[in-house]
Amino acid sequence: MIKSSTMTHGIDLGAITGERVAHSSAPTENTLEVKDLRLFYGDKEALKGVNMPIPKQRVTAFIGPSGCGKSTLLRCFNRMNDLVDGVRIEGKILLDGDDIYARTVDVSALRRRVGMVFQKPNPFPKSIYENVAYGLRIQGVKERRVLDEAVENSLKGAALWDEVKDRLHDSAFGLSGGQQQRLVIARAIAIEPDVLLLDEPASALDPISTLKIEELIYELKSTYTIIIVTHNMQQAARVSDYTAFMYMGELIELASTDTLFTNPGKKQTEDYITGRYG
Amino acid sequence: MKTWIKSGKPWIWLTAGAVSICLLAVIGLLGLIIARGMVHFWPSDINAYQYQDPYQNGEVVQVVGELREKEEVSLERIRDSGVALESSSDRIQRYLIKVGNRDIGGSDFRWIIQPLISGVSTPKEIIVFERLEWGNLHGDLLQLKIDGATVAEGPGGWEALQKQLDTTLDLHSTIRDIEKSDIGSINYAMEQLRLDKRTLELKNGASPEALADIQLETEQLQQEYELLQNRLQGLYREIGRATVTVKVSTGQTVELPLSKVVRAYQPNKLSLFAKTLFYFEKVWEFLSEDPREANTEGGIFPAIFGTVIMVIIMSMLATPFGVIAAIYLREYAKQGFITRTIRIAVNNLAGVPAIVYGVFGLGFFVYFLGGSIDSLFFPEAAPAPVFGTPGLLWASLTLALLTMPVVIVATEEGLSRIPRSIREGSLALGATKAETLWRTIIPMASPAIMTGMILAIARAAGEVAPLMLVGVVKLAPSLPLDGNFPFVHLDRKFMHLGFHIYDVGFQSPNIEAARPLVYATALLLVIVIVVLNLAAIAIRNRLREKYKSLEQ
Repeated sequence: MIKSSTMTHGIDLGAITGERVAHSSAPTENTLEVKDLRLFYGDKEALKGVNMPIPKQRVTAFIGPSGCGKSTLLRCFNRMNDLVDGVRIEGKILLDGDDIYARTVDVSALRRRVGMVFQKPNPFPKSIYENVAYGLRIQGVKERRVLDEAVENSLKGAALWDEVKDRLHDSAFGLSGGQQQRLVIARAIAIEPDVLLLDEPASALDPISTLKIEELIYELKSTYTIIIVTHNMQQAARVSDYTAFMYMGELIELASTDTLFTNPGKKQTEDYITGRYG
Repeated sequence: MKTWIKSGKPWIWLTAGAVSICLLAVIGLLGLIIARGMVHFWPSDINAYQYQDPYQNGEVVQVVGELREKEEVSLERIRDSGVALESSSDRIQRYLIKVGNRDIGGSDFRWIIQPLISGVSTPKEIIVFERLEWGNLHGDLLQLKIDGATVAEGPGGWEALQKQLDTTLDLHSTIRDIEKSDIGSINYAMEQLRLDKRTLELKNGASPEALADIQLETEQLQQEYELLQNRLQGLYREIGRATVTVKVSTGQTVELPLSKVVRAYQPNKLSLFAKTLFYFEKVWEFLSEDPREANTEGGIFPAIFGTVIMVIIMSMLATPFGVIAAIYLREYAKQGFITRTIRIAVNNLAGVPAIVYGVFGLGFFVYFLGGSIDSLFFPEAAPAPVFGTPGLLWASLTLALLTMPVVIVATEEGLSRIPRSIREGSLALGATKAETLWRTIIPMASPAIMTGMILAIARAAGEVAPLMLVGVVKLAPSLPLDGNFPFVHLDRKFMHLGFHIYDVGFQSPNIEAARPLVYATALLLVIVIVVLNLAAIAIRNRLREKYKSLEQ
């Protein structure tokens, strides 16, 4: 795959932060910091200079109409866009102060720190146990005891342990969609990342499974910084602490979820959340 | 009519018809091969025909033999062959009789004309001797002699003959063991010593001590050889003691050393059960023995073995290379004009006629690569070639080249079918591209790889033309696998079922005897291919079961 990220250094942040980035309650600490991020698919500019902080151990939701760039932005955090041909990225994303697009960054190491869960459950064609142990095995962990422990803890963390503890060595495909999605979350947290990226994690699931995933997100935020992309505004309202509204590749507004939904600062945001377009 | 055409029924009939024709062709082919090939081993009755021999002025003679075939020919054709036959009917039946006794009558088979047969009987006591040379001998037992002294006589001597034959056969297999394995390995070791000596001479390192060592070892081997030789001589004396005197149908008596007999039986006395038993014995012999008499008798084990081992080596070479090439093309190479061109070239490579590969294999692998290997690594063997001559390795390599496109195409297909989400899932967990490939993608593509291998095996096992140039021979003196270090001899020439069919069918001096063998060998080739394919398909289905998520 072609790495098509270019970097720009020395951007004067003060000069370009035109948009209002509102924080009703000041976050304790920011894990991630997006600085003037621009992303091009060929000639098309998909992200047009996004600036935003992602607060630590909170849930940040990205909402917006289809094609607004929220998934693209999410996939910038673990450099998944590197896999797409013809993508060019400008700007910076700082993870604990270090630019993840710097030349010296080991992408695999970055992805171990920034886990991701995709829209459709994508378990590997392996047993439940091996799915969860996958990331650790990649890192060269071989001791049975360590793996057993990590698998159990991760499955407990993803609220799946009780349902699968008797069939750990059965194929992961025997699980229901909702269980598979929780398995994928367990797989992601098994390698103990700092950040969890959830790309519409419940959109392919039934309401009960969705509820379970939402409860799980609520549990997980005490340990992880979570970013969730969702189409569903009720879901964003239910699970997130902060919400970012994006439109046409731009960040329109970032605020605490309560503020954004009850007292949006921008007309566009208000139109969207009241269902006038999107 | 118009509505019938519109209803789409003609189309259904047409498609169904095409399928039935394919089915009929396959069943017909297999049926013919089985029918013609499998009856060969059945011990038919030996009939004695009273025949007015037109070539002996109508004198009544006895034609003794088994009926092989009935055929209707025109009267004219019979007259043309010099037989002045009067008949009211225009079509005349004639019989093909396997009369045996080639050393006496000059040929194994004889056509006789049905209207000239005046009587048929099945003599109970007639014995068929299967011999090492000259085919079968039919006749009545007169005497069984040991050291020239008669020990049994007449039809009552059958039991004694059986017993004697058993001991003879035991002796025979002992002799063969000694000759093939013991003396074989001594010869091999001596050849190695000779090569060692030559190596030392070439390197100017032939110190007197080293030469003395080699000399000593050679002498030891020579002594062992002489011991074995003495033992062999004893055995040969022992085996040569017994002879049988047989009266053949023409009235002559023949003295036959028992050491030349492989098997003796009285087909007209055998019960159905005994015949069945005999049949399976013969089939087993066909599968497990070496060929005799210019491949028209005995078994074809070396050809089966050669085919299977060549296919296995071929898949061991073609699969890894093909898979690696496909992975590069699909996963690493930048998709564009060049990869597209390469892909088209690979696809076209699969369509190049096999004989072209054969020529390439001979020119490049055998003469260039093999010749270079010989001059670099085996200078001591010169002028005799080691790898610079057609052999198993080059045949397998040539076929691997021939089948690699199939593997590449199938693997690429498999790789492209793996959902993006699986790759992303693995990469998102911090796996590198290579780790993702090894741990997830390739295992998931393995059913497709196996499909490629199945197609490759099917193609390679049936290929004959290129093999004739790069390693197959009519009769290989030794198998490519034996007890002498390094056990697998890739430089050796080998036998192959496909070539065996060609050889027996078209290069044999004894056409009538060889014909059923052609069918039997063809049947065996089909069975070998089917078995190889079924094994691969079974593995693939197991893999598919494991990764069946892909079908979702």
